Amino acid sequence: MDKLICKCGHENPPGTILCESCGRPLNEQEQDKKLADMRYEGTARRSQTYNKSIIDKIWNFFSSVKVGVGIIIILLIAAALGTILPQKQYVPATTEADIEAYYTDIYGSVGTVYHALGFHDLYNSFWFISLVGMLAISLIIASLDRFVPLYKSLKNQRVLRHSSFMHKQRIVAEGPGDADTLKKAEEKLTGLKYKVSTDKNGLLAEKGRFSRWGPYVNHIGLIIFLFGVMLRMMPGFYVDETLWIREGETRAIPDAPGYVLESKGFTLETYTGEGEEEKFGEAIDRVGTVAKNYQTDVVLYKIPEGALPGDTADMEVVEEHAIRVNQPFKFDGYALYQMDFQQDELKTMSFELQNKETSESRGELTIDLVNPETTYELEDGSVVELLGYYPDFSGFENGEPQTATPLPKNPGFLVKMTTPDTPDGETSFITIQNTVEPLGDNDYKLAFQGVETRDASGLTVRKDRTLPILGLGGLIFMIGVAQGMYFNHRRFWIQQQADGSILLAGHTNKNWFGLKKDLDQVTEHASLPTYRDQQEDMEAQEKREGEQLT
Amino acid sequence: MTLADISSNLLYVAFIAYLIATFVFGGAVKGNKKGTFRSEQRWGKVAITITVIGFLAQVGYFITRWVVTGHAPISNMFEFTTAFGMTLVGGFIILFALYKTAVLGMIVLPIALLIIAYASMFPSEVSPLIPALQTNWLAIHVITVVVAEGILAISAAAGLIYLLKVVDQKKKSKQRFWLEAIMYSLVLVLGFVVTSTFFTLTNYEADFAYVNKDGQPSEITYNMPAIFGMNEFEPMTDGALTPLVEMPPIVHAGKLTTVFWSLVVGTVLYALIRLVFRKRISAMLQPFTKNVNLQLMDEINYRSVIIGFPIFSLGALIFAMIWAQIAWSRFWGWDPKEVWALVTFLFYAAYLHLRLGRGWAGEKSAWLAVIGFVIIMFNLVAVNLIIAGLHSYA
Repeated sequence: MDKLICKCGHENPPGTILCESCGRPLNEQEQDKKLADMRYEGTARRSQTYNKSIIDKIWNFFSSVKVGVGIIIILLIAAALGTILPQKQYVPATTEADIEAYYTDIYGSVGTVYHALGFHDLYNSFWFISLVGMLAISLIIASLDRFVPLYKSLKNQRVLRHSSFMHKQRIVAEGPGDADTLKKAEEKLTGLKYKVSTDKNGLLAEKGRFSRWGPYVNHIGLIIFLFGVMLRMMPGFYVDETLWIREGETRAIPDAPGYVLESKGFTLETYTGEGEEEKFGEAIDRVGTVAKNYQTDVVLYKIPEGALPGDTADMEVVEEHAIRVNQPFKFDGYALYQMDFQQDELKTMSFELQNKETSESRGELTIDLVNPETTYELEDGSVVELLGYYPDFSGFENGEPQTATPLPKNPGFLVKMTTPDTPDGETSFITIQNTVEPLGDNDYKLAFQGVETRDASGLTVRKDRTLPILGLGGLIFMIGVAQGMYFNHRRFWIQQQADGSILLAGHTNKNWFGLKKDLDQVTEHASLPTYRDQQEDMEAQEKREGEQLT
Repeated sequence: MTLADISSNLLYVAFIAYLIATFVFGGAVKGNKKGTFRSEQRWGKVAITITVIGFLAQVGYFITRWVVTGHAPISNMFEFTTAFGMTLVGGFIILFALYKTAVLGMIVLPIALLIIAYASMFPSEVSPLIPALQTNWLAIHVITVVVAEGILAISAAAGLIYLLKVVDQKKKSKQRFWLEAIMYSLVLVLGFVVTSTFFTLTNYEADFAYVNKDGQPSEITYNMPAIFGMNEFEPMTDGALTPLVEMPPIVHAGKLTTVFWSLVVGTVLYALIRLVFRKRISAMLQPFTKNVNLQLMDEINYRSVIIGFPIFSLGALIFAMIWAQIAWSRFWGWDPKEVWALVTFLFYAAYLHLRLGRGWAGEKSAWLAVIGFVIIMFNLVAVNLIIAGLHSYA
């Protein structure tokens, strides 16, 4: 396409609507309009100019506000769909098969369809992420398409505009002026914090141009935010681990090399409704117990650099800390959160090896349910061998005992008991309150003696190096929103023509009321001709015509 | 009288003041027959004075309750919803100072009354904070959100007035239907309030044993005659109505019963209104909007959104994310409440793009503002009560 040459001699890029230099309308459509379209200063936007190649078409698609709003609406509906039934992370099932079964069991055919459509994991689905990606592309392209020409245009704007441009502004004034009118207007406008530039017989007063960048600034903030969210998929930026630690235990912190944590104990406090808390008595009576505090007291250790992995002999205490809900323990870019707990978890189980008939004891054994030994030597050469240990026994599959979790909630033991009476050994499968003798009747049994329990804390180990980026994105977004919404860009063009008469035009991107208030003051000070609001005039005329018709 | 009693009495004072002010505003608008604004201004002044007294009483309730409980009184459905009514009235008072719009008071105050009455149907005793809520972020996040929602609700009220004036009540149209649907849903809320109050005053209680969705035996108390029974229910109270229909385990039949009674009573109320006045509610209200300046209503609608939207973004997304990161270790978890805050944000973003980019002002903008309010109410009511999630504190 060719460049557009204006009558004033300025060469405009193809697609320009109002001459960059003098403001004359460059096409017939614009010439016929009563008011100039000032939204993007009549500049050549790429999307409005080219529509040939595939790139043009993609660019034009994403730069459209209509498309942008369309994406927002689809995203909004999609997001809402994901709340009809709980997402899979809030469902009490872990394996894919269990999750699928859960939706069908609890929600019936609706649940089956919901799961089949993938709505149980909607926000991680390919199509949802693609939609967010499209929104990001739209944000970038729509902003560039408008920002670049607008910026150039406002940067290069001239003081003197053609009278056709001036007459097509919403606020216009025309009339006689004095020799010092321009001077006085400049004085007053400067006093009102306008930036005034003059050229020959004219002046341009401008205020708040930065508010024009508001939309682009807030879009940049959103893009930075989305970039930060994307970044967490990169290794090293994001750690999300669960650490179950029991009272008295010392464990390496997963994904935090060199750090070891010891739990001093878990505390659960509830509101008593007494003393200071008496005022809560009624509420506590209604709902039962209300938790007041979940707390794990920990000691953090660091293994010196150069030590062998697992060598905990030289570790140094870094800090003792109480981890509570809303008070995570932060160290070296990591944070530990109090997320879950298990009270009275089984710690050990004790048994006595007894002759079934005589109840004669062959000695006692205590099995540590986290680190069980394989053989327990008792009196007179009796031995109990632990052939299999199932911390959370959940039944048999193909004759093999199964464990649902690694936590000792329902321990099952496959043992071989050997005594001087039964040198070949007898096999027994023991769970709480139940004993199975798979290879025939035994002479001996393990009689349950007692358990020891302790509390366990479920901690989340978190490192998130994207947080500063997300924070920055949020901050820029808010700045951009305020910048664009609470400030406005006001301009006045004033020219004194050869015969001494004054031509004035005014424009603002919003809040015309404020612009007029400024102009009232300038008009009074510099005795400018009375201005009129051409849009209001047009509306009033339409109204009159409408009334005449009825 | 203890401070707690003073607090709840102040709330009553506020409620009654709003109720009186509603009628005075109505009178101010109605009395202005000739379109001269003299009498409207005189009665408007009386009405706004009563409103301000009510508002101050409610602020008094808020502060005294804060002192009594030791935490910001926005931690459960009763407290949050009451505060929502307060910010709505506060926003209106500011607008009245700017624009002297009596008709806005006539619409905003009854909505605030309904909201506060709705709030009172929830347990209102002072309750202790669970560990997740024990932080200053409770006050920062929730107060910002409730202020933003109050302001956004004002935009809907202005939109509603706009629609009451422009929608033609003589011609059958989609607009006329949906406008009346909004009025009907407001009457349904009234139905809920009336029903709950009636059965609370008559002390209706019926206990049932049932099997919950995890297969565990549980018990439930109905405060309204049970129409729908819980899964495998067994009546435990003699003489109580035996449920007519048993529901599958995922449906909370107790809540469904409440919804059912509210629907029935609300519909009966609506039918009575229609029978007595022989007019749609929107047609009854239309004469009040005769002197309304449409441009001003459009301006209030838009202004409220450009103030409410940034505050909402700050409170419901940014502050929410900061707190979620501290309490739950992740700033975002697609919890239903979070999702609906995002939906609200996206909706108002669309509103602004349509208005600024595609010139959707006037009636279109008014409809959007009303829909925005519906989304906010959905997040407040349905997401708390129906879609269970981390935010179900009621």
